[in-house]
Amino acid sequence: MPRFRLMKPATTAALAVMAAGTAGAYELVIPALDFRTGPYAPNGIPFANGYADYFTMLNERDGGLCLKEGECAKFKIVHCETEYNTQKGVECYEKTKGEPPSGGLVYQPLSTGITYQLIPKASVDEIPVFSMGYGRTSATNGRVFKWIFNPPATYWSQASALIKYIGDREGGIENLKGKKIHLLYHNSAYGREPIRTLEALAKKHGFEFNGIAVDHPGQEQKSAWLRIRRERPDWVLMWGWGVMNQVAIKEAVSIRYPMDRFIGVWWSGSENDVRPSGEAAKGYLSGTFHARGADFPAHRDIIKYVYDGGKAVDPAFKDRVGEVLYNRGLVAAMWTTEAIRTAMKMHNTIEVRGKHVRDGFENLDVDEARLKELGLEGFTIPVKITCENHEGPGKVAIQQWDGKSWNIVSEGYYEPDREVVNRLIKEDSEKYAKDNNITPRDC
Amino acid sequence: MLFFVETVISGLLAGVMYSLVALGFVLIFKASGVFNFAQGVMALFAGLTLAGFLSGTVPFTHQINPALAMPPWLAILATVGVMILLAILIERLVLRHLINQEPIILFMMTLGLAYVLEGAGDLLWGSDVKVLDLGLPSGASDWLLDNYGLYVDKLEVVAAVVAAVLVAVLAIFFQRTRIGRALRAVADDHQAALSVGISLNTIWAIVWAAAGIVALVAGIMWGAKSGIQFSLSLIALKALPVLILGGFDSVPGAIVGGLIIGVGEKVAEVYLGPFVGGAIENWFAYMLALAFLLVRPEGLFGEKIIRRV
Repeated sequence: MPRFRLMKPATTAALAVMAAGTAGAYELVIPALDFRTGPYAPNGIPFANGYADYFTMLNERDGGLCLKEGECAKFKIVHCETEYNTQKGVECYEKTKGEPPSGGLVYQPLSTGITYQLIPKASVDEIPVFSMGYGRTSATNGRVFKWIFNPPATYWSQASALIKYIGDREGGIENLKGKKIHLLYHNSAYGREPIRTLEALAKKHGFEFNGIAVDHPGQEQKSAWLRIRRERPDWVLMWGWGVMNQVAIKEAVSIRYPMDRFIGVWWSGSENDVRPSGEAAKGYLSGTFHARGADFPAHRDIIKYVYDGGKAVDPAFKDRVGEVLYNRGLVAAMWTTEAIRTAMKMHNTIEVRGKHVRDGFENLDVDEARLKELGLEGFTIPVKITCENHEGPGKVAIQQWDGKSWNIVSEGYYEPDREVVNRLIKEDSEKYAKDNNITPRDC
Repeated sequence: MLFFVETVISGLLAGVMYSLVALGFVLIFKASGVFNFAQGVMALFAGLTLAGFLSGTVPFTHQINPALAMPPWLAILATVGVMILLAILIERLVLRHLINQEPIILFMMTLGLAYVLEGAGDLLWGSDVKVLDLGLPSGASDWLLDNYGLYVDKLEVVAAVVAAVLVAVLAIFFQRTRIGRALRAVADDHQAALSVGISLNTIWAIVWAAAGIVALVAGIMWGAKSGIQFSLSLIALKALPVLILGGFDSVPGAIVGGLIIGVGEKVAEVYLGPFVGGAIENWFAYMLALAFLLVRPEGLFGEKIIRRV
């Protein structure tokens, strides 16, 4: 009997090795740096579910990603818990980057802190980092940051787009002169990212800018809101995350700050952020680059193949499919798969590695027609990446909480202030290149 | 001037919120000499359990069944029951086996307990933000704001009243009841308490149950501000300077320490913060506590320990 017990796993392992060795068994390793525990878990879970579900749906529906009929590779999602902790994030990167057979193909760290740490490592390991709408803004300069991609828009583009929106609300950008705009920010690399842009924009448009830092995790913000109450800014912007968002929105309601003059970054605009305040948060605004809701063919396929098919990593989440952060995870997975698909076509193989996927990202072109084919028509903006511009369009829409759900209220997407943003990107990326002895490549 | 008054009032009320957390630490330290690192997680666990009972969440599945949703009074009672049961389990499974161990061993035990409780809370009730709807008031007092231009948070006023009642009950409990006196005897010397017939096991179960109930109160008040979520466990960090300042074994110390820390950090942040880059309130609280530590190592109200050398 003991002998039989030993032989059974041994036989299974041998069969697994044989199967792995056969043609067509190549798998595309997607490391998923999740945070399903810790203080930021409420935001990490929906994103992680959206990210994983899209890959699983493609595995179940299409047999993975195909170069041509019958030549497909399935996704192998390798989960690693970061707890939104930079050190753990780097450990996860080291642990998963060599995962066979393809090695980690692309990293989505979902943390500006982790992204900053991975920038030098990824270049050496030849693995692209896709910091979607977060991370180091100047990495948008592809001449310096060959391995980093941050479409569809950076924090600097977003900050300038929000100022344009405020200009529209004030009856013209020239009316910003003399206005007071405060930034309430998470006291971290992430929260401090837009300050430079806002300072430059304040100089350009003549408004008064003040930053108010909130320490991690942001459970107690009374002092910050006392200052806001005293200084009475015309607008408050927020670069928050996790509990900081919920507390800030409650405090804003509490001091009767007009909610339709309070705008969050796109990481401060999910259902979780407004739910504790409910109806009272009505009117609160935030940036976004995709729609909410599950009324798209791609979502229906996720329900059918992933949740009803018993393949979901978090089956209890079914009723929340379509929430803002779920859709953000989904859109990240969509652009990632399109980059891998592009890499397969460019190199005419399904056996792509990180360096090939980098090429895929640099030639990514997901237009309206492609979005329709993917079952995501009208869901987000078209994205085209070039060697020089790793950010893509940089456009931002504004959504508003109506007490029950988020709705896009801006007429289309706002273009960033390229004059200011590009100048800052050039300055910062050139300084980075100089400090790190990088010779910018020709594009 | 009005703004200064507003800042001080906000500081006092925030201080009460810190005191609510600090009280749980004091209870266990007073009765067992153990610094309970898990107190913040106990507040989280109690809050998660209460929110779960209120919404009708089925444990482990994280699915909501409205038929199981309890009215607030029943949910609070059921949560108190869970915290008492938890205290009994901690005593039976852990503390009983650690009698007469060094304080550092007991401290390490609470460190482990914090992780176990956090994991259990996640498994039982899930990690998403839970809205705590107990009908507590929120927002500014309209009357004060409209008539005097003074901003006072109604929830924090309720927290102050609750803290006052809690302190009165605890003071009576420790000073006037037999169990309270036994608790103090156990805190002084385990073996001496045992020799006069005090059951250490019962006393520990009682004190952990009391700390669990205090954690529930803190969880409710903090959870009403931000929803119940895992960052709630970090409120323990807010209680530490309060304890250093007020003394680890003093109930009045937890209150007075909370008030001093609350006012100190708010005044510093509002008036000093803008000149030094802001976000100073967290470290300012610790700095204030350390300054007191240099003058009175046992804290403002802590028991002065005299040892024969």
